[in-house]
Amino acid sequence: MARIGVFICHCGENISATVDVVKVAEVASKMQGVAFSTEYKYMCSAPGQDKIVQAIKEHKLTGIVVAACSPRMHESTFRKATAEGGINPYLCEMANIREHCSWVHERSEETTEKAIDIVRTLVAKVRRNAPLFPIKVPVTKTALVIGGGIAGIQAALDIANAGHKVIMVEKQPSIGGHMSQLSETFPTLDCSQCILTPRMVEVSQHPNITLHTYAEVESVSGFIGNFEVKIKMKAKSVDHVKCTGCGECWQKCPSKKIPDEFNAGLSNRTAIYTPFPQAVPNKPVIDRANCTWFTKGGKCGICQKVCKAEAIDYTIQDTFIDVKVGAIVTATGFDLKHTDFFPEYGYGEFKDVIDGMQFERLASASGPTAGVIRRPSDGKVPEKIVFIACAGSRDKAKGIEYCSKICCMYTAKHAMLYKHKNHDGKAYVFYMDIRAAGKGYDEFVRRAIEDDHVEYIRGRVSKVYEHNGKLIVKGVDTLLNSTPVDIEADMVVLATAIVANKDAESVAQKMHISYDKHHFFAEAHPKLKPVETNTAGIMLAGACQSAKDIPESVSQASASASKAIALFSNNEMSREPSVAAVNNTNCTGCLLCQDVCPYLAIEKEEIKDRAGNVLRYAAKVNSGLCQGCGTCVAMCRNKSIDLQGFSNEQMLGEVMSLLNKPF
Amino acid sequence: MKIGYYPGCSLEGTSKEYSDSLFAVAEKCGITLETINDWNCCGASAAHTLNHDLAIALPARSIALAEKQGLTEIVIPCAACYSRLSQSQLEMNSHFVTKSKIESYLEMSFSGTIKLLSVIEFLEKYIFPEVDKHVVNKLNQKTACYYGCLLVRPKEISSIKRSEDPIEMEEVMKIAGAIPVKWAFKTECCGAGFSVSKTDFVAKLSGKILENAAENGAESIIVACPMCHMNLDMRRPNIKEQIKKDINIPVLFITQALGLSMGISADKLGLNKHFVPTDTAVKCVIKKEA
Amino acid sequence: MSQFEPKIVAFVCNWCTYAGADLAGTSRAKYATNVRIIRFPCTGRIDFMLLMKAFQNGSDGIIISGCHPNDCHYTSGNFHARRRWMVFRSLIEFMGFDTERITFSWVSAAEGAKWADLVNEVTTKVRELGPFTEFKNLDYNSFNQLDNGAITK
Repeated sequence: MARIGVFICHCGENISATVDVVKVAEVASKMQGVAFSTEYKYMCSAPGQDKIVQAIKEHKLTGIVVAACSPRMHESTFRKATAEGGINPYLCEMANIREHCSWVHERSEETTEKAIDIVRTLVAKVRRNAPLFPIKVPVTKTALVIGGGIAGIQAALDIANAGHKVIMVEKQPSIGGHMSQLSETFPTLDCSQCILTPRMVEVSQHPNITLHTYAEVESVSGFIGNFEVKIKMKAKSVDHVKCTGCGECWQKCPSKKIPDEFNAGLSNRTAIYTPFPQAVPNKPVIDRANCTWFTKGGKCGICQKVCKAEAIDYTIQDTFIDVKVGAIVTATGFDLKHTDFFPEYGYGEFKDVIDGMQFERLASASGPTAGVIRRPSDGKVPEKIVFIACAGSRDKAKGIEYCSKICCMYTAKHAMLYKHKNHDGKAYVFYMDIRAAGKGYDEFVRRAIEDDHVEYIRGRVSKVYEHNGKLIVKGVDTLLNSTPVDIEADMVVLATAIVANKDAESVAQKMHISYDKHHFFAEAHPKLKPVETNTAGIMLAGACQSAKDIPESVSQASASASKAIALFSNNEMSREPSVAAVNNTNCTGCLLCQDVCPYLAIEKEEIKDRAGNVLRYAAKVNSGLCQGCGTCVAMCRNKSIDLQGFSNEQMLGEVMSLLNKPF
Repeated sequence: MKIGYYPGCSLEGTSKEYSDSLFAVAEKCGITLETINDWNCCGASAAHTLNHDLAIALPARSIALAEKQGLTEIVIPCAACYSRLSQSQLEMNSHFVTKSKIESYLEMSFSGTIKLLSVIEFLEKYIFPEVDKHVVNKLNQKTACYYGCLLVRPKEISSIKRSEDPIEMEEVMKIAGAIPVKWAFKTECCGAGFSVSKTDFVAKLSGKILENAAENGAESIIVACPMCHMNLDMRRPNIKEQIKKDINIPVLFITQALGLSMGISADKLGLNKHFVPTDTAVKCVIKKEA
Repeated sequence: MSQFEPKIVAFVCNWCTYAGADLAGTSRAKYATNVRIIRFPCTGRIDFMLLMKAFQNGSDGIIISGCHPNDCHYTSGNFHARRRWMVFRSLIEFMGFDTERITFSWVSAAEGAKWADLVNEVTTKVRELGPFTEFKNLDYNSFNQLDNGAITK
């Protein structure tokens, strides 16, 4: 005999402003199976939750329906309160009358009727809820960090220092990411590599961290606490155990005309190479797509000849390893918008129109011009530089509506670096707004303007074109009554938009995490869960989630690490018991369910008689693997398999009661 | 092969040569252009500055008439008319309330299914497939293709893919055996409607366009809009006075240039109707090798 | 004479469309009141006989919505749902059922506005189709009243 308690929440005024909560409580009290019904201002508060506890005891309730916000918000809160009241927490369900009702409709009879319908639906479900008990699974106390930039490095160190094992996978030959390409970092103008490389070395030497570079994640399966990850170790063509890092090979390599990714295309590298002198590991790999031996059927082979350690092996193939991890931190970083996305600025056409990363490499002491700012076209030092902020960002017409966050700061930094190196040079910045909200950030920009005399012009640039060997920048000064401003520049630097990596979509799909239309990975909740994803056990760190600077990436990385460490603090994890179960009396053993299960959670069971003879077969669910999607249930022809928490009876009960029909 | 045709005011008046050359090129390729009966002014800039409904109704009437005439496609050579008709059709097809209102003003039904073609889309769709048969000459000159503004925006109706650096007209010119130059003022404003009210503005703006074309070695400028043509051609004396340079580069409509490459006579193409003499461009034309 | 207001049942998945509807709520989007959501863990869980039960018992229109293909929280549930829908749709079309009453869609957790638009569109469409009255008599009781269980005429 069901004795359900119904609790209608006002949610302050969020619900009560449009829904007549008193009427809903009154109608609910008469619904089939309801023994107690009330309404209260804030159900999720301590006194609110206490009402549930008390009501269970007083009215000997057998089930709870809380009509309030979305179960995605407070299902666990109310289930905890239900448990405190002394009954199984899975006998509690939430009726969503806020996000799905009060917030999306005006105050009217229809809105209250809808709230009543929703409550009745969940009451009908709870009448058929069975007590469920969490499933305990062991937790693998190893974390996988995908991406070896500053965010990945920070997360890996935090988790490793807490005493847990970490596997780091980086697709480039070295860790370090984009931070290793920077010259100085704002707002302190710290040398980027000086603060980064000690961390990189720490990662490579940490006893708890296993580093795989030139490797990518191939597939991810399993679930929180129990992921199985296949990693592709791309063929380096160099045995890193034998290799001493002497450098003979790349010094003698005849293929010298490959655009150097590290220097953002401003210089060339060889086919066998280390990306930069401080690379970790500091051992080369062969870029097979551009190596003569591989592209021209075995010609050349010079590196192998000169290698005294006999470390070069052209026959090495890609290999795959399988690892088991309990948590994954995704720190795959970002890219800059390149190519002829900006035909009006001549980017890609005029050699002296470059992007922010290229300027960093020019400014960097270890860059292609040894830190002297030179024009890529003729190597001369520019006397006038124009910086264009918001190149592509905040522009609906270009499909990038968001702000790339870091460009105001790095543009100020670039202008300052130029002025420090060229006191007589002129630097102009065309901007829309100045976003310098961090600690010491606004002061940094003021320094550029007041101390280094960078001229800031508020206005956009409509065109850049070549004329008599100069770059004519056609802009406007909106603070001076929209006067057109034409500058004859020697170099133009575009602060191009931050975008997701080209392979971000495929990475997200491999990991079953959500992503938005710009292919940035989606956090579980924009306010309160900025580092978790909707996939339990997978966290996000750094710019792969959205454009951000180094301090934020580091913070987010530590936050992700703390989630992993919390997960690893127990040997066992409780899993939600919303799993499938087979009634093997009815089951005919067709195993259609096995075919459709994405987690391979269904096995074939032999039904034997007492003598041990196999009578027939039936399906059996491995509750450790089952994720509770229910596809098997919909497939089953004679309804022998059912999903606890969303059973056939429960769902039919919901449909019938929604339409106010008896069932 | 019959395609509908909307001339607009300019093609029957100041830019008659644009119409003549379009008809000549179409005729060569076996295409008949059927003018919409009783077509009316598209409203140009005047209508949409004064009254939103009028701005939609005027072009919608011409389109509705074309539908009645059984036309499924119309080519609209004037860039402004093309813009107005396309915008009107888009508005009618997107907003049911607007459509009902305008239909009641016009007392005509509007299905919005006619395909509206800009001159470039028309050339790409109907002339390119026939072109190898008909192109017998090479223009053999450096041309600067000038798009102006209305051909490249707004994005919702323009057939041009890259509005900041378009290449569609250059593709036509390559087929005609010309050498398109790289230059920086393809989509810069010529001064547009200020041609009459503030001619000195037009002289300045169009002057910059002319100068840049000349600097980049252009021997002729190709346009696909009567307004662009007027400002660069008819206002040449004003421009010369403004920029103090004697630049005599002729301005040809894209259909005239293509026509020359198809062996159509300069007179039939209306090349004698321009203010800036076009004989320097015509003289460059040579026979294509077999 | 009050206007007919359709009853529409939405079968949605927890991870995408339910979350998208939550987002529509958080964003205070406003949409028609005719839709009631039933939450499933995945569209793959939806037994299509429930759709028939819904129509049999008073629903005038149905929405099924889940994660976009390739984005299913459980990898492939939405693919199964889509396949199931394609076969089911042919079957009920053959039976003479107006499949315009059923809308199959993908709404992600980030598409609150899309959910609101979908609800409004479907409500308008089903309102125009009118109340669902066919096949309602083909329930167990009336079946027993048919002569020999055979349908004459």
